[in-house]
Amino acid sequence: MKLRPIHQGPLLEFYAPDYSTAIDLPYIDAGLRAGFPSPADDFIELRIDINKEYIKNRDTTFFARVKGNSMVNAGIFDGDLLIIDKSLEPQNNKIAVCQIDGAFTVKRIKIEQDVVWLIAENENYQPIKVTPENELMIWGIVTASIKKF
Amino acid sequence: MFALVDCNNFYASCQRVFEPHLLGKPVVILSNNDGCVIARSNEAKALGIPMGAPAFEYKKLFEEQQVFVYSSNYALYGDMSSRVMNLLATFSPEIEVYSIDEAFLKFKGFEHYDLESYGKQIQRTVTKGTGIPISVGFAPTKALAKVANKIAKKFPDRTQSVYVIDTEDKRIKALKWTKIEDVWGIGRRHAKRLQRLNITNAYQFTQLPDAWVRKEMAVVGLRLKRELEGKPSLDLEKISAKKTIATTRSFEKMHSKLPDIAERVATFTAACAEKLRRQNSHCNLIMVFIRTNGFRQDQPQYSRNIVIQTDFPTNSTIELNHHAQIGLKAIFKEGYQYKKAGVVVMGLTPNAHTQLSLFDASNPKHLPLMAVVDKLNRSYGINKVKFASQSLGRQWKMRQEKLSPRYTTSFAEIIQIKL
Repeated sequence: MKLRPIHQGPLLEFYAPDYSTAIDLPYIDAGLRAGFPSPADDFIELRIDINKEYIKNRDTTFFARVKGNSMVNAGIFDGDLLIIDKSLEPQNNKIAVCQIDGAFTVKRIKIEQDVVWLIAENENYQPIKVTPENELMIWGIVTASIKKF
Repeated sequence: MFALVDCNNFYASCQRVFEPHLLGKPVVILSNNDGCVIARSNEAKALGIPMGAPAFEYKKLFEEQQVFVYSSNYALYGDMSSRVMNLLATFSPEIEVYSIDEAFLKFKGFEHYDLESYGKQIQRTVTKGTGIPISVGFAPTKALAKVANKIAKKFPDRTQSVYVIDTEDKRIKALKWTKIEDVWGIGRRHAKRLQRLNITNAYQFTQLPDAWVRKEMAVVGLRLKRELEGKPSLDLEKISAKKTIATTRSFEKMHSKLPDIAERVATFTAACAEKLRRQNSHCNLIMVFIRTNGFRQDQPQYSRNIVIQTDFPTNSTIELNHHAQIGLKAIFKEGYQYKKAGVVVMGLTPNAHTQLSLFDASNPKHLPLMAVVDKLNRSYGINKVKFASQSLGRQWKMRQEKLSPRYTTSFAEIIQIKL
């Protein structure tokens, strides 16, 4: 899977997935059990396609590169790659790419009766209360974050 | 019933998906060399910026009115277009991608279905999933679907961007509202002529005697009249649009192997390229699609398209096929029985506009080569001279495949793929 940059913003860089290089990795469904080797016949070998595992709706899935550290407690760090599905409905507690007052951000959404909170996962950042004066759009739901070592 | 689905201000909308601060602001997109305006947001239209406005003449206005100006980013538009079209294809087994931002969908047996709510469902799926706003027009014919779409687009508040022409009253009202020069398929020349005869709207056009229309506008005009009367005369893909040239076919039998489909795609590409040359134009976008048989729901279904931008406008079969084959390889998947494939060339520009870049980038040797190929084919019969990836006959098919790398070898240096 290659990534083609399609847009760069100040906080997020967007990429389109390129499926021309789908990589099948062998997947061995026997677990690792030291001392109890399974007979070879019991191995069920499947092929894993990373695209298939991470991308359910390819036509509505976008990638973005993270800049910033407001979500470190959720495991999202500067430089990580987010997989975002725009077709998913916003739900309480989901991590979402939001547009608030014309700017992108990534936060956990908390939906209460009359108010929506955008919660950072970092003690140094205050939750953002979304009031009727704000223009909020949930751009897409973050379904995975990929970190390279 | 047919639906015409059209993306609203497509290029500007693509920019807005990724730049939320552009919502409600005037946005214009410039042509390849930033020469002139080729797309405008509603706000830019309201400022009186015309289509084709030379950028340098409007520089001051752009600055004064704080217009956001963008160079065309076909990588982005092509990718977003593919997403929209793929989502649309989930709503009907029969779809004709009419241009980068428009598609006709055919609905058989949907006459008693609640099309308005179905249209809203289509709209929700596409707009939520891609961020691109669309308008949907339903009608019994393609020409009327165009009219319905226009109404949906013009009155977004009243129609919520979905409009259905399903009664005589609605049809007549819609046609009376449609200016003759805005009717799909009526060119400027015919529109002027009709206006002189006091035919100013589409309804008046349908009141003309058949004999007159046939005499003055040939069978194409008559077909259009029937369409506007609500009698289906055009099926999907039958009309060749000025904006795009498409060659798409259902296969005689299903194919599951890449080489078989690659041959078909090469042939379709050659046909598109020949049509481009015949009308003296070039294209800078080529779309390839493949799909399984939507009517065989017992078989696994697959349908994809890909839009590839060429670096420079071209009408060379060799260059276009090179792109088409790369695109095909990217979307082809083993394990499906393919029933249909197609090639659509878009972003057409007349030859005169491309002279400079042609010699900059496109291989100038292709020009005389293509001219000779076309001449031979015209004098000795269609497809007497073929390109190596095209079929010469069944027995040659497998050997053809080995020949095809020739295209890549001669053009490795100039190709850049952007989806």
